[in-house]
Amino acid sequence: MGEDIKLMKGNEAIAEAAIRIGVDGYFGYPITPQSEVMETLMAKQPWDTTGMVVLQAESEIASINMLYGGGGCGKKVMTSSSSPGISLMQEGLTYLAGAEVPCLVVNVVRGGPGLGTIQPAQSDYFQAVKGGGHGDYSLIVLAPASVQEMADHVKLGFDLAFKYRNPVMILSDGVIGQMMEKVVLPSAKSRWTEEEIKELNPWATLGKPKTRERNVITSLKLQSDEMEEHNHKLQAKYQRMKEEEVLFEEFNCADAQYLIVAYGSSSRVCQKTVEIARDKGIKLGLLRPITLFPFPSDRIYELAQQVKGILSVEMSAGQMVEDVRLSVNGKVPVYHYGRLGGMVPSPSEVLKAVDEKLIGG
Amino acid sequence: MLEINDIIKPENLVYGKTPVLTDSVMHYCPGCSHGVVHKILAQVIEEMGIQEQTIGVAPVGCAVFAYNYIDIDWHEAAHGRAPAVATGIKRLLPEKMVFTYQGDGDLAAIGTAETIHACNRGENIVIIFINNGIYGMTGGQMAPTTIEGMPASTCPFGRTPERDGYPLKMSEILATLPGTCYVTRQAVHTAAHVRKTKKALVKAFENQKMRKGTSIVEVVSTCSSGWKMTPVNANKWMVDNMFPFYKLGDLKNE
Repeated sequence: MGEDIKLMKGNEAIAEAAIRIGVDGYFGYPITPQSEVMETLMAKQPWDTTGMVVLQAESEIASINMLYGGGGCGKKVMTSSSSPGISLMQEGLTYLAGAEVPCLVVNVVRGGPGLGTIQPAQSDYFQAVKGGGHGDYSLIVLAPASVQEMADHVKLGFDLAFKYRNPVMILSDGVIGQMMEKVVLPSAKSRWTEEEIKELNPWATLGKPKTRERNVITSLKLQSDEMEEHNHKLQAKYQRMKEEEVLFEEFNCADAQYLIVAYGSSSRVCQKTVEIARDKGIKLGLLRPITLFPFPSDRIYELAQQVKGILSVEMSAGQMVEDVRLSVNGKVPVYHYGRLGGMVPSPSEVLKAVDEKLIGG
Repeated sequence: MLEINDIIKPENLVYGKTPVLTDSVMHYCPGCSHGVVHKILAQVIEEMGIQEQTIGVAPVGCAVFAYNYIDIDWHEAAHGRAPAVATGIKRLLPEKMVFTYQGDGDLAAIGTAETIHACNRGENIVIIFINNGIYGMTGGQMAPTTIEGMPASTCPFGRTPERDGYPLKMSEILATLPGTCYVTRQAVHTAAHVRKTKKALVKAFENQKMRKGTSIVEVVSTCSSGWKMTPVNANKWMVDNMFPFYKLGDLKNE
C-alpha cells in the first residue's frame, strides 16, 4: 500500500497534523492569513474523535493565556495567529517561557508594521528569535519551507516543547500557509492519558495528591538571588538547545564560492535562484536554517572559510542578516537582499542581487 | 498548676487550622481581608473533600502568593488573565474544580475582557473577587472600583468622575450575562458575615460540580494600609461608605 498523500494548504496541514498527533487543545482568534487553521479544526470536530478541545477565544491575549492554563496541566496545547495577533501574545509568551510551560504557537507572518498587509512577509524574525516579550528568554523557532514541513513541525514542535519545557514557535508566512502542496500526514497517535501526563510531566497541575508537594506554575521569584538562579537555569537550557537542536538544509554548498542564507518561503525562491546560477556556471549554494533559534551559526562559520561572500535573502528589511554576520564574525562580506510589505522576490531578482552584491561587490 | 501542654490535648481542642492551609506565615497586613477569605476557602476545600481535584489560579496583586498558603496545585496568572488561564485548565480537565482568586484591578480593569468573556461562555469555574477599591500591592493607587470621593495615591484628593470616570459595579454587569448562574456580594468583617461568605463559596463550588456555569463571589474588603486607616476604622469606613454603593447580597442565584 502506498503512502496516503493529500493535497492541501499549509494552514490546513497544521490543523490535520494537530488532530493526528494527539494535541489536547487549540485556542485561537481569527486573523488573515491563517484563519483556515481554526476553521479546519472546527469542521473536523475532533472533540468527537480524539477528544481534542477547540475554542475560539475573545482575543489573542486570551488564547495565549488559555495555553498557559492548559500547558501548565501538562496538556499539548497550541494556537495560531498572524503578526498583529502574535504581538498581542508577547505578554503571555514571556510568562510561558518564565514558568517553563510547553506549548506550540504558529505565526503565519504578514507584512507590517502596524496593521500592515495580509500578504506574506518575514519581518517578525526579530520578534520570534530575539524575545519579543520582556526579560531574558528564548523560544525554539522552527521555519517550515513547505506544506509537508508545516505538518511535520507540529510533531517536532511538541517534542521539543516538552523536552525543554519551553514554548515553541513555528515561524511560517502567508506563502507557506496559503499555498497548496502534496503532504503525507503523520500517523495517528492517541492523546496522553492523565496517568501518562503524571509520569511524563511530574510538574503538571492535575490536582495535588497527598503523595507530593503542590505544583505551582509561576514565573515569580521576588528574591533577586532566586530570580538570578532561575535565569541561569533558563540560560543553561537555551545553551543545551544550541548544542543539540540545530537543524538546517544545504543545496549545492559543497563546492560553493558564493552562499545564500534564506529560510521559509524565501528559501524556496532561492533554491530556484541556485539552479539558474548553476546553469550559468556560477558556483552558488544555499543554506536553509530550519531552526532559527537555535541558529546554525557553526555551519555558516565553516562555510565562511570557503565562500567569497554571503547574501541573506529575507522578506524583511534585514533581520536574520544580523545573525548571519554574527556567525561569520567578519570573515567574509555579508549582504542582505529583501522585498518588504508583502512583496515576494522572484528567483531572477535574487540572482541579480547575487550578481551585483556578491560577485560584483 | 496546669502546664500549657496539659491543656493542649486532642480532647480539649475546640478549633483547629484546616490542613489545607499551609504553615507559611502570611504576608498580608494586619486587618486585611485576604487572610480571612483564604482561611474559609481552605476550609471549604477541606470540608467538600476536593483538595486533590482543585486547581487555583492566583492573580497579580496582593494575593499573588496565594499559592504559598493554600495547599493545592496553582497557576500564577499574568495581571487580569486568570479567567482565560482557568478556561484553559477547565476545558482540558473538566472533572477538576477550578477557581480564580482576583482583586479589583485585576478583574475589573486590566482583565475586564477576560472576565466578561469567561462568564459569557459560562465557563464552569468559580471566580472569587476581592473588592477593596484600591491597588494594594503597588501601594494604594486608584482602582476601577474606587468609589467617588475616595482618595488614593493617584487621586490624592479623591476620585473625581469628570477626570477619573465612575466606579465600576462589575458583579452587576456579570449578573446580566446568561453564562453566570450565581453572582453574590459578601463581606468578612464580622463573624456572621464570614459564615455567610463561606456558605456562598460552598454554593459556588457546588454549582461547578453540577456544571451550572460561572459563579462569582465578590467580597467587599478592606485595605487598611492602602486606605491609611487602622483595621477597626477601615471596617467602619467600609460599612459606612462601601456598602451603600456595593450592596451586599445575591445579585443572581439560579
